Amino acid sequence: MVIARVYVTPKKGVLDPQGKAVLQALQALGYGEVEEVRVGKFMELRLGELPEAEARSRLAEMCEKLLANPLIEDYRVEVERAR
Amino acid sequence: MRVGVIVFPGSNCDHDCAHVLREVFKAEAALVWHKETSLRGYDAVILPGGFSYGDYLRAGAIARFSPVMRAVEGFAREGGLVLGICNGFQTLLEARLLPGAMVRNRSLQFICEDVHLRLENATTAFTRAGQPGRVYRMPIAHAEGCYIADPVTLRTLEDTGQVVFRYCTPEGEVTEAANPNGSLGNIAGVCSRAGNVLGMMPHPERCAEVVLGNEDGRLIFESLLGRLAATSVAGVTARR
Repeated sequence: MVIARVYVTPKKGVLDPQGKAVLQALQALGYGEVEEVRVGKFMELRLGELPEAEARSRLAEMCEKLLANPLIEDYRVEVERAR
Repeated sequence: MRVGVIVFPGSNCDHDCAHVLREVFKAEAALVWHKETSLRGYDAVILPGGFSYGDYLRAGAIARFSPVMRAVEGFAREGGLVLGICNGFQTLLEARLLPGAMVRNRSLQFICEDVHLRLENATTAFTRAGQPGRVYRMPIAHAEGCYIADPVTLRTLEDTGQVVFRYCTPEGEVTEAANPNGSLGNIAGVCSRAGNVLGMMPHPERCAEVVLGNEDGRLIFESLLGRLAATSVAGVTARR
């Protein structure tokens, strides 16, 4: 079985009002060292048995098509084999 | 002359649109369930507001893959008139039938209020009954209405007259303070290059009759139905 972790984050340069609000809250709490926060999404997918290369290319397709909007978001996929 | 109003799971302005078409304009309207695969017999299509699929993932991201969207894409490609309001606009963006994308309002709040809009392009099928530069008042109700696009796309939209509505002051000035959600260029509505697809965040169906205290939304329906009537008078066979 393949476990995929998909991270979707707002593209650099794209307005991230959520990240900004969280940043301000952290700074208000005294965490002045925080310089930037980007709020995104985390998704965990369990895939059936398939070769890792194929899993990766299909996951990239899923991200491009549905899981992320490439116009405004970046994505990163981690793949792990599990029993 | 028949207008189809698409119903996604979570659409909630579908009946409002059908009501305005039927009761206010005495036009024929039908609700089209999102599982339909054909739009044969329709002369125009409206994607209404609401929260299709609970806005999960991104507003419109899942609705965009509903079976009916294939038909909507074909319909639009052949020049059919497609209007997306609010969530319908978001869905058209996700489907790439219109350029750009929506992100969270800059205030992070769901905004439900009347705004003023300046009509920038009165030549589209949806705005031809209006006057360019005129200010209209319509309600907005959204959390993801901050319109963004890359600089090249934005310039193209401006140069080709694809920006149809802009948020403005009651006097028609396009200012930062009159921008409710942070949209680039105060953009409230854009159309496709060919002009047959319009997406707008404000809700014309919520302000199209006297009893509601505002009729500014009539502009959209009057224009649309006027165009359809003109087309059928001209003897052009109704699409599909």
